[in-house]
Amino acid sequence: MNTQPSALANSAGPVSGDSAAAKSRVLQIDRSCRLPLMFLIACSLVWLVAGGFLSLISSIKLHAPGFLSQSSWLTYGRVYPAAMNALWYGFAFQGAMAVALWLMCRLGRAELMGGKGILLGAFFWNVAVKLGVLGILAGASTGHSMLEMPGYVSPLLFVSYCLMGVWALVTFHFRQERQLYVSQWYLVGALFCFPWIFTAAQLLLVFHPVRGTLQAVVSGWYGHALITLWAVPIGLAVLFYFIPKLFGRQLHSRHLAAFGFWTLAAFGGWGGMHAGAPVPRWISSVSIAGGMMMILPLIAVALNWHLTARGAKGPENNQVFRFVQFGAIAFFAASLLDIGGSFRVIGEVTDLTVFTTGVKALYLYGFFGMTIAGAIYYLAPKITGCDWPSDQLAKLHYLGSVVGILVLVLGLVAGGILQGVRINNPEIPFVEAIRSTIPFLGLSTLGGLLLLAANLAFLVNVIRLLALCCCTNCFASNRSPAGSGPAAAGANL
Amino acid sequence: MNRGPLIFLGVFVAMAFSWYGMIVSPQRQIGGQQQATVEPAGIRYPVPRPGLAQRGAEVYRANGCGYCHTQQVRPRGYGSDFERGWGLRMSVAQDFLFEQPAMLGQLRIGPDLANVGMRWNDPQWHYRHLYNPKSTVEKSTMPQFPFLFEMRVIQGDRSPEALDLTGELAPPKGYEVIPKQEARALAAYLISLQSPLSLFEAPIPAEPKKDAEPSTNTVAVSSRNSQMLGLGESLTQ
Ligand code: HEC
Repeated sequence: MNTQPSALANSAGPVSGDSAAAKSRVLQIDRSCRLPLMFLIACSLVWLVAGGFLSLISSIKLHAPGFLSQSSWLTYGRVYPAAMNALWYGFAFQGAMAVALWLMCRLGRAELMGGKGILLGAFFWNVAVKLGVLGILAGASTGHSMLEMPGYVSPLLFVSYCLMGVWALVTFHFRQERQLYVSQWYLVGALFCFPWIFTAAQLLLVFHPVRGTLQAVVSGWYGHALITLWAVPIGLAVLFYFIPKLFGRQLHSRHLAAFGFWTLAAFGGWGGMHAGAPVPRWISSVSIAGGMMMILPLIAVALNWHLTARGAKGPENNQVFRFVQFGAIAFFAASLLDIGGSFRVIGEVTDLTVFTTGVKALYLYGFFGMTIAGAIYYLAPKITGCDWPSDQLAKLHYLGSVVGILVLVLGLVAGGILQGVRINNPEIPFVEAIRSTIPFLGLSTLGGLLLLAANLAFLVNVIRLLALCCCTNCFASNRSPAGSGPAAAGANL
Repeated sequence: MNRGPLIFLGVFVAMAFSWYGMIVSPQRQIGGQQQATVEPAGIRYPVPRPGLAQRGAEVYRANGCGYCHTQQVRPRGYGSDFERGWGLRMSVAQDFLFEQPAMLGQLRIGPDLANVGMRWNDPQWHYRHLYNPKSTVEKSTMPQFPFLFEMRVIQGDRSPEALDLTGELAPPKGYEVIPKQEARALAAYLISLQSPLSLFEAPIPAEPKKDAEPSTNTVAVSSRNSQMLGLGESLTQ
């Protein structure tokens, strides 16, 4: 993919050099990532499918209340949080970790350090998430949104996260390229923020709980920060890497990027309480103000990307580009809906409805999932040295995801607005108000089904890629390691 | 911005600010909150929940009722919580002092339950509703919770707790459906969910109707409940 003009070769950032030496260096770097990253990616996608399956069950239950109601393990109030935890901690974290490690290596021009430690960390992370999700299904949830996994798994989660994250920082520390690119700021920030918000929330909710509604303040803050200070920066790191690269341009402005970065860091942590919640009023007001301030990083990022890509045409028929583009658009859409919902007048309707679920789904699937998927389409062939086995599956993945996400989010957002309007109208009996949202909830189930199929296609493609990689590398070990793979890899994307 | 430590430090400071603002200062403001004395009767509020109802809170948590139900009445004029009769006043932090975990909820697929004990105070109603919501609310979309109940052969007399189920829902002849301990606890918890007292920060507006006392009928209802739950008469005087 090194098709950029060599004038850009010496600058830090995604646009890399052309020389043979540089190429073999990149090859080495990619190879150093192979085992730990492919493990993380494979596990992450298994969780994506498992979580998608669970959330499909929970979604069906909203309009078919008798569905699978015999067993306590499958009751709505357990399946739904189990799905969310599987998706966030199983899929999002591992996918993000894989992509973050690779970006750290590529941007720092350094080989990945501590591959074994990362593997170990990833292994225990999976054990922890599995225990956690089973714990929720067994009824041991903590009852705090996004932190439902029982208290006994959180130390394990924390330790295994550190086992992985520390190597990202070590790799970062020993980077060859000293100049930092925007993506690295975001990665360092996100990798550091998560342990902070996680320990803070766990300590104050599970191990030494604060009293009463303060718990809701803490868990609201955590849920908000998990998106704004973890998922958003990771996704932005990926997008800041790929947008200039795919358009073959330098990033328009580093200053603008810095402005976006610092405004996100400064305002991202101020949020999580909706208006009218039973907490001192200033907390909701500060939350609302913090939510609105998110317009600043949003504008900075949008402007920067726009000016970077202006006049240039993106690559045609490029799988990575498709996903990344969708991810970027979903980021704006989700942020705007989020900011909109933080206004009091709008929040009066949309708070406490499935509108908020829809916005979260747009962040998770539309922005984060699609962006990470785009990155995986790019990096997996490079680190395995094999091409994607099936273009068909990749196309299916894209198409299914786009339609699925649109239908899912539309159903929830429109249904949520209807739900809010109807519930706020006391003339309409409650049951009637809820019943009128059923067609929309049905729509979201349909979207979830499409999305699940798309993600299954993705998983199958990755498994086939792994099999291919094993055949070419492990069994035919006398082949030269720098075989035909990497140069051709990704050429068809 | 080419130095790692600088980025690190900057993010640390930004985080520290939001952490202080959103977590530490609320904790400092209301973290030390105590039971309040509610005049004129001198009741200490909130009243700790009796054991059975407290175990019901665990059942509520374990089964995630909070993913469909909130327990927070929004202020008058914001939404229509009052018009729907979900409470006599808005919920405030004081109401949740002893809740562990505090299950305020984030979604309203079902009605708010902050004061459900003032609307439905008969355990039998809750049993039937939980066993199959359609048995009490014809068009209900709430899921069924049959696993909180046991179907067994009637031995001797029918149990006084057995559910009055009719039509399709009735158990086969010779059988009865009785609540498990979890269902009993859950019903006790639901009935204990009520905040009928006027607080300084959230007064119950005096009704311009017949009585001078605020909303007599609710107090009458809650009087029955609280005696049933052993909350003490003081609550309702
Ligand atoms: C999938 C969403 C959902 C879940 C989960 C759920 N409910 Fe409901 N609930 C509803 C809906 C919808 C209604 C309104 C229709 C009705 O009254 O049955 C309702 C109504 C109620 C009511 C009557 C409220 C009133 O004011 O009439 C009570 C009490 C209740 N639910 C308790 C529970 C308990 C306890 C649990 C957990 C074991 C639970 N619900 C779980 C959706 C849900």
